[in-house]
Amino acid sequence: MATSPSRIAAKTALWIACLAPALRLVWGAFHPESNLLGVNPVQYLLWACGWWALFLLTATLAITPLMRLTGWAWLARFQRPLGLFAFAYAALHFLVYALLDQAGAWGQIPRDLVKRPFIVVGLLAFLILLALAITSTKGWQKRLKVNWKRIHRLIYLAAILAVIHFAWKEKVGWVEPRVLAFAAAVGVLLVYRVIAKATTGTGRRTRTTPAPKASA
Amino acid sequence: MLIRKPSDILPSEITPEATYRDRRTFLAAAGGLLAAAALPLKAKGAQGSGANLGPLQKSPLSTSETPNTYAQVTQYNNFYEFGTGKDDPAREAWRLKPRPWEVKVTGLCAKPRTFGIEELLKLAPLEERIYRMRCVEGWSMVIPWVGFPIKALLDKVQPLGSARFVAFFSADRPDQMPGVRLPVLDWPYLEGLRLDEANHPLAILAVGLYGQILPNQNGAPIRLVAPWKYGFKGGKSIVEIRLVKDQPWTSWAKANPNEYGFYANVNPNHDHPRWSQKTERRIGELLRRPTQMFNGYGDQVAHLYRGMDLDTYF
Repeated sequence: MATSPSRIAAKTALWIACLAPALRLVWGAFHPESNLLGVNPVQYLLWACGWWALFLLTATLAITPLMRLTGWAWLARFQRPLGLFAFAYAALHFLVYALLDQAGAWGQIPRDLVKRPFIVVGLLAFLILLALAITSTKGWQKRLKVNWKRIHRLIYLAAILAVIHFAWKEKVGWVEPRVLAFAAAVGVLLVYRVIAKATTGTGRRTRTTPAPKASA
Repeated sequence: MLIRKPSDILPSEITPEATYRDRRTFLAAAGGLLAAAALPLKAKGAQGSGANLGPLQKSPLSTSETPNTYAQVTQYNNFYEFGTGKDDPAREAWRLKPRPWEVKVTGLCAKPRTFGIEELLKLAPLEERIYRMRCVEGWSMVIPWVGFPIKALLDKVQPLGSARFVAFFSADRPDQMPGVRLPVLDWPYLEGLRLDEANHPLAILAVGLYGQILPNQNGAPIRLVAPWKYGFKGGKSIVEIRLVKDQPWTSWAKANPNEYGFYANVNPNHDHPRWSQKTERRIGELLRRPTQMFNGYGDQVAHLYRGMDLDTYF
């Protein structure tokens, strides 16, 4: 995986995979006759962007354990783009809520943000991702030194909040199996990290390669 | 080795009872379609393939607002017996067999009895009722139902003076309804009205949509519609109507008593704990519109709740 053409190919594949859901939604929005977004397109856009944000967030979390289990150090360079794509879908989700879902009722957003715990939880997760996205650059990494890693562990908190946000919106206490799957995945990944930290004493992965390049 | 004498008739040649019943249903439906073809025009905007319900009376209780399309009304449904997704009912409801169908009317009445669906279709003149429908989730539609007032049915069984509420039980058929295999709600789905609400002229039993028999995903063959209440009050695929003394412990109220009340009147001033009820998205529109008290039917129904605190009895 050290050769440059395979690296380019892998990165291209990642970009295509991460952009495809968004392109599908955009195409659906401009082709209502396809019925791709269903009868209530705004609601579907909101749900789909949120779902992909959570999916990519979970995928980002899975990178470190996967790397340790397989020894594939090259996976490290997927971590930042995946995390940034998770943030991008979360941002789209937020924009769909603010601009489309609440269209014509913008006055009620501030009140909702204060009154609705499930919206507050989602917003907190989004703000964490925003902070992590801003500080994801090499410059910030240097500036924050050792704290950068500590701060970026907040991604676990964001994932937990996102799962709660996702489950809490349901009309009944019934939680969809796929929400449970996310909850289980995030739980397993978190437990893995905690155990790894306890056994190695530092919780930091032993570097087999130099730190990943900053280019995302 | 066991050697069997071949049977004269292959098992595949024997028609199962269900199949020949389906053939009869098909023939009946085909007959209905032929009759429908003879009628001048189907309801405007209808694209369904259901049998036409024949001449319908217009109602002064109908709204003049433009109805949502047949596709919208039949492809975006909450009918948890077929799954919790909005598109699950349209995909899964073909499994339901809405004919033959019987509705038991029981409880505190002088003449309890069972009605076949064909009898219910002739119980009272069928009317077109174009109603607004506001879902508790914050979206709404305008739907051209076909039905008759619940009162017409209740008059047949003569409720006793002790009857104060009416309970509506939906079908609970795990073999035809994949959703009831999961403990999402306490099955069978149970809804209810106060007797005076059930006797209100706006409250109907719907048997059709857009002039045709009700599609399965909309609650075939017969469902409750009370347009001043949130949509979940409209029990679908009803098999029993019971007159009772005490307020029924309805499915949604049971699932989460803090969020869903027995009355469930549309009320923009009483928020759902997790979202605002002040506005709604009319399916097909982008901008949210303000939600009206009693879904705009206040002039007709507000008197039913005089003196009641609607924040307590939400």
